Amino acid sequence: MNQDHIRNFCIIAHIDHGKSTLADRIIEMTGLLTSREMQAQVLDNMDLERERGITIKAQAVRTVYKAKNGEEYIFNLIDTPGHVDFNYEVSRSLAACDGAILVVDAAQGIEAQTLANVYLALDHDLDVFPVINKIDLPSAEPEKVINEIEDIIGIEAQDAPLISAKNGINIDQVLEAIVEKVPAPTGDSAAPLQALIFDSLYDSYKGVIAFVRIKNGTVKKGVPIKMMATGATAEVVEVGYFGAGQFIPCDELSAGMVGYITASIKNVRDTAVGDTITNAENPCAEPLPGYKKVQSMVYCGVYPADGAKYPDLRDALEKLQLNDASLFYEPETSIALGFGFRCGFLGLLHLEIIQERLEREYNLDLVTTAPGVVYKVHKTNGEMIELTNPTNLPDPSQIEYMEEPIVNAEIMVSKDYVGSIMELCQQRRGRYVSMEYMEETRALIKYELPLNEIIYDFFDALKSRSRGYASFDYELKGYEKAEMVKLDILINREEVDALSFIVHKDSAYERGRRMCEKLKDEIPRHLFEIPIQAAVGGKVIARETVKAMRKDVLAKCYGGDISRKKKLLEKQKEGKKRMRQVGNVEIPQSAFMSVLKLDEE
Amino acid sequence: MKSSEEYEIYVHIPFCVRKCDYCDFVSLACGKDVHEEYFGALLRQIDKTAETMGRVPVVSVFIGGGTPTVPDEKHIVAVLCKLKKRFNVAPDAEITIEANPNSASYEKLKVYRQAGVNRLSIGLQSTEEEELKKLSRLHNYEEFLKTYRDAREAGFDNINIDIMSAIPGQTLESYTRTLERVTALNPEHISAYSLIVEEGTPFYERYKDGKGLPDEDTEREMYYLTKRFLHEHGYERYEISNYAKPGCECRHNLGYWKRVPYIGFGIAAASFYGGKRYSTHTDLKRFCEGDYSAEKECLSESDEMAEFMFLGLRLTGGVAKEEFLATFGQSMDEIYKDKLEKLSVEGLLINGDQVMLTDKGMDVANYCMSEFV
Repeated sequence: MNQDHIRNFCIIAHIDHGKSTLADRIIEMTGLLTSREMQAQVLDNMDLERERGITIKAQAVRTVYKAKNGEEYIFNLIDTPGHVDFNYEVSRSLAACDGAILVVDAAQGIEAQTLANVYLALDHDLDVFPVINKIDLPSAEPEKVINEIEDIIGIEAQDAPLISAKNGINIDQVLEAIVEKVPAPTGDSAAPLQALIFDSLYDSYKGVIAFVRIKNGTVKKGVPIKMMATGATAEVVEVGYFGAGQFIPCDELSAGMVGYITASIKNVRDTAVGDTITNAENPCAEPLPGYKKVQSMVYCGVYPADGAKYPDLRDALEKLQLNDASLFYEPETSIALGFGFRCGFLGLLHLEIIQERLEREYNLDLVTTAPGVVYKVHKTNGEMIELTNPTNLPDPSQIEYMEEPIVNAEIMVSKDYVGSIMELCQQRRGRYVSMEYMEETRALIKYELPLNEIIYDFFDALKSRSRGYASFDYELKGYEKAEMVKLDILINREEVDALSFIVHKDSAYERGRRMCEKLKDEIPRHLFEIPIQAAVGGKVIARETVKAMRKDVLAKCYGGDISRKKKLLEKQKEGKKRMRQVGNVEIPQSAFMSVLKLDEE
Repeated sequence: MKSSEEYEIYVHIPFCVRKCDYCDFVSLACGKDVHEEYFGALLRQIDKTAETMGRVPVVSVFIGGGTPTVPDEKHIVAVLCKLKKRFNVAPDAEITIEANPNSASYEKLKVYRQAGVNRLSIGLQSTEEEELKKLSRLHNYEEFLKTYRDAREAGFDNINIDIMSAIPGQTLESYTRTLERVTALNPEHISAYSLIVEEGTPFYERYKDGKGLPDEDTEREMYYLTKRFLHEHGYERYEISNYAKPGCECRHNLGYWKRVPYIGFGIAAASFYGGKRYSTHTDLKRFCEGDYSAEKECLSESDEMAEFMFLGLRLTGGVAKEEFLATFGQSMDEIYKDKLEKLSVEGLLINGDQVMLTDKGMDVANYCMSEFV
């Protein structure tokens, strides 16, 4: 089909503003699917995504739309992840598009994440047009939202379709707007191949399936290809496009088209998102711009609750990584937790998703250690190490200085909560940058925040301080010198490596104290008294004590009901089994987990 | 099943005037017609069981509850007659009934005694009015005294009194008063329990956070005081919560810990024979309709060994290695060497020919016993 009749676009929106529902309606109205074939939300086909109401992996769908002018158009709808953890993936998906639909909730208006994504889209030279969703809500104020879009984002919004994706109102206007407002792709089908990888997934039959946007040239079966950044080469086995939830092979993909390529590639790391595929025999002059190697931002230790399940955990991580090139892992050993892995994630959400998938899809019981960020440790001998595991911190005498990652954070909040949000940012060692009022009632606050201060419970704190109304977005700014120390936890005078973490020296006392308090509640009483201490550089800064157990007896045992008594003893023994022995103290697994979330006071 | 094997019998009477707020046993307050129905079903259950088990020798009967003295005494007489008819109840069998002051009149006690009951267990709990109120008991100390004197008068020469420590509001002083008054009466046996706040009881809702209960130090003091005080007054502890004058230990109770087989009748009653344990369901209506079904648990050899240990260790005399060997054909050390040594090192257990918990071990008996399951 002629390039004039192709529209490559995505939908950008804040969580819950109705992106997936609108996508469903577009797919439905373009008629490729009958209603019966529809899953509730076609694009989100992982259970987990559906439950969380967010989209994790970018996907695409191709539909055919017969416009009011009587002509047929191919729509390639490319889905983008909706969370700040996946910013890079979002940017690559956007690069595969020529236009974007901005969905804004008629009642909620613009949110921080909406803005971030719109700017990202504009950066990629996409033509963005707005639609106002949920106009049937009683609290809808479409006029206000239209003005907001024009004032804040500066794009024309007066003729934005007023829709309800949920109830199918005015979806036809959206379809026509796609034809009119999204530009047709350009590119030369005769030029050397230049295909942008915007996602990939592993299939046990086909190997890696690379999702691509052909910028220039043509690709078909048998063509030798090369991934320009990773250097991997292969021969194309199949090309095709995306039906709804299935792969439909075709003869060739040419400039302007969106589709997939398979080439018996075994590892998703060979088809890195953002890389350019070219013809190995007739390569293009240079790769498409914007490729970045994926960097893990957050690390934590992941251990099987039952040490015997270590091989199962390894297999599960291997399988997950097949489909998630951004998941990093390497084996590590902890004195307290035994054999496990140090895993790297794009962010805390990514971490939680992987953890849940391991537990749910692979039926593993996990113990995870406190998440941390990557510190740059400059040693006195001039060497610099990137520290991901606190236990590897060199002796303080060998450290010249340390650097920690800092992010640019944008928080959008209604003016009533500005004070308490700023207070929170100050507490988290934030550096105030600016504040502007978007309109009378809402402000956009900009802060520079250390990443390690926001990976714990910042989201929760933000929500509770704004009654759920604050929205938040961040991007890595760079590294800055900081006075960080390693906080160790000693239980019965033995250091528990899995509980150590890196913290700013000013927060060490507070964090240490709270850790001790929390652990005191988690560690059961033993026959002897157990001191719990927090120490920095061998100096104890906080202490709690678990008193010795003085009584553990079931006085009453009546009517010969021995079975009940036995069950009780079995339960007690079962509980012991699930504990980790450190020295002569048994620590329940929940203790390792509970310290991950030290509640706000 | 050896025909010469001796059995114990437990009969559950699930009726009370009203249920105490701390109680988590199966008991109900209901009318006379329900009593009639229940006892009818109970007698039929005895018949039915005897048909399959035969006229086995019985060395002890324990009628517990609930409050067995609540229903009309004729029912208890009928049960005892039925048991004696259906089983070979030894002439010197220990036959105990539980009683609460108030519901046990002199006349009733006299009838029980005549029907062959030779041991009475009275639920006193405390001699302090305030504490009895906190426990929602229906009697006061005066009424208990009357019942106790009536029992002696009616011919009971083997009496147990239940007392309780760690009651809300209880102090060391008030507990000492209870101990003094009880020992002054000179009963043969004293059961001294520490109040356990059980989930599912009104007490749990009231005291689950521990507020209002004696603090841990006081509770432990009471516990140690019990042993010391009763010892000074001629009572020896033979089991975690049971004290007796020499020779007056409760035979029925000992049987549980020494794994003597027993047959339980009534709802919620447990049985143990032929290497299996049974627990009858707790549905009164179904029971009255003739449903005597019970949950069954078959014991493996390792289960039996575990039971031998954790039940036997409740007794101050502990368990004999020789008996273990005779019972299982394997030595106790072979099976439990590491655990015995560990507990011994921790000062909780004496690991000799006779294995027994130390006083400290008794304090944390569950911890010790869970090693063996």
